[in-house]
Amino acid sequence: MTDRDRLVPDEGLAPGSTAVPAGAGPLEEFSDPPRSQWRDVWDQFKTHKGALMGGLLFVTIVLGVYIGPWLWTIDPTHIDIRARNQGPSLTHPLGTDQLGRDMLARMMAGGRTSVSVGITAMLLALGLGSFIGVVAGFYRRLDGPLMRLTDLFLALPLLPLLLVMMLLFREPLNAAFGPEQGIFILIVCAIGVTSWMPTARIVRGDVLALKEREFVLAARSIGTTNTKLITRHILPNVLSPIMVSATLGIATAIITESSLSFLGLGFPPDFPTWGRLLFDATDYLQQYPERVVWPGLAISLTVLSVNYLGDGLRDALDPRIRGR
Amino acid sequence: MLTFTIRRLILAVPTLLFISLMIFLLLELAPGDPMAQVPLTVPAEVKEQMRQALGLGEPMHVRFWKWIVQFFWIEPQVLIDSMFGTSFSEGDLRVISWQTRSPVMDIVVQRIPQTLWVVGTAYVVAILIALPIGIYSAYRQYSWFDQAGTFVSMVGFSVPPFFSGVLVIVIFSVNLGWFPSIYDTTHRVSDWDSFVVQLQQMIMPVMVLALQITAQLSRFMRASMLDNLNQDYVRTARAKGLSEYTVVMIHVLRNSMIPVVTVIALGIPAIFGGAIITEQVFKVNGIGQLLITAIQANDLPMVQTLTFIFAVLIVLFNLIADVLYGILDPRIRYD
Repeated sequence: MTDRDRLVPDEGLAPGSTAVPAGAGPLEEFSDPPRSQWRDVWDQFKTHKGALMGGLLFVTIVLGVYIGPWLWTIDPTHIDIRARNQGPSLTHPLGTDQLGRDMLARMMAGGRTSVSVGITAMLLALGLGSFIGVVAGFYRRLDGPLMRLTDLFLALPLLPLLLVMMLLFREPLNAAFGPEQGIFILIVCAIGVTSWMPTARIVRGDVLALKEREFVLAARSIGTTNTKLITRHILPNVLSPIMVSATLGIATAIITESSLSFLGLGFPPDFPTWGRLLFDATDYLQQYPERVVWPGLAISLTVLSVNYLGDGLRDALDPRIRGR
Repeated sequence: MLTFTIRRLILAVPTLLFISLMIFLLLELAPGDPMAQVPLTVPAEVKEQMRQALGLGEPMHVRFWKWIVQFFWIEPQVLIDSMFGTSFSEGDLRVISWQTRSPVMDIVVQRIPQTLWVVGTAYVVAILIALPIGIYSAYRQYSWFDQAGTFVSMVGFSVPPFFSGVLVIVIFSVNLGWFPSIYDTTHRVSDWDSFVVQLQQMIMPVMVLALQITAQLSRFMRASMLDNLNQDYVRTARAKGLSEYTVVMIHVLRNSMIPVVTVIALGIPAIFGGAIITEQVFKVNGIGQLLITAIQANDLPMVQTLTFIFAVLIVLFNLIADVLYGILDPRIRYD
């Protein structure tokens, strides 16, 4: 164990090695004070105004939907039929819907579901994609079959397939886990299983290039097992493409979930998500167009902020761009 | 090049088989008997016919084989019959929709023109807008035009069609009252006035679809132009004293178009998928809307057929993109 620990700094000294694992220990050049990689990344990230704004906005939205319900304590399912279809006021800042439910509370509840689905589905897709990418890149024997599989998945018509999955597996999962839990699992799995392919391709490409580097050879020559090689040397170095895919993955997952809800095949009607709220509001489009705008704006802003975040992250994590 | 094309064509067969197997298994693994959901109003003999057309009650591999036969042998015959007036398919059992009790393919054929009109127009419009934007953004990188283009395409990425669609309905139909919010598919273009009506009802769905496609294409065009603008041959061309227009529009553009053309080809099937939502928003009576109604009505044969058609489109255009790449870029002749 100690041997391996001492080996890690060497890896950073390999010529042309730009990405050093986070815990890589001291890597001094004699004149400059020590700088970690993440410090460099942060410095580059700060220069990207859009990314900074995007990150800030995303954090605000996430905090808003998770902490907001503690501050705004109206129950999103509380029906007050006398106060229905109200415009914005002090008691209901975003107005009420056709059953007198508070729109702000519903937006928060819906956002919590949408963001949770987005993040969980992204984690699932990322896990699957990274695993397949690393295995395909690392083991030559598995490369061909796994990449064929990826190509086949890319050739599947995703949205129709998602709709079909919703149609077919909704009932049994509802029966097994209850209506909300069941549909959550179904949507997360469906999105995760159909969106891991881009990550797998990118990770595989990077692993293929990394595998030929000297530090991998050095690690192998002292008898590092394949598992250790992957977890200690390969994975930390492919972290940056994985992080970029992660941000973009959240964006796609949120849009996919909202699309499903909008088409009426997502969460049940009494269980608000942003897509569902938008879908419900289209019925009252003529009378109360503003009710469509709030959930739509929330989806668009979240996705926009995540996209900008990913854009900035890609620049910050690319050592060729960094420092320009 | 020919051998490459043929090889790819042969490779497409297992891909299609795999996809059809996936779709088949998905419906197969689904809990419950697909016939259990057939309404009781369907007469017994129709049920029996449907069972036979689906090959139900036989082992799984036999059913899969029959399904394949249905798609690759009988339905193409029907297509040929309807195009040339021959009668190859007479007496064959067809896949029958559970909603309308008519053959699925006939309904699909009825719906295709609407989808093609709206989606096709949107695609052409998007290409016409995206290419100049991409070219100019790359040529003046980091200028205000480029920054604005980046922002607009980011917005185009981020605003989902079910929001932008509803938004334009609110603005242009509800508030301004310029365009109808519902696309009338029974409308026939016979003279100038009816043409104007057709144009008016097409503007909004086309606008929504085109925004999305433009966002992606212009980004791609810009990246591709940037890759080429720093190449040595560009410097050579400038050093020879060629005009800036010739350098950018002839030398750089032609090389930059190679990946863009393949992306355009690859995007065509995806547009059919994306159009599901747009069609739903504007009530366009196309394929996407057909799929949604079929799913809502539990019409499994229809769902199977449509999903498979989408898959065929994807595989077909993947093939076209690959071949195009080989034709356009002599460096990438695969054989």
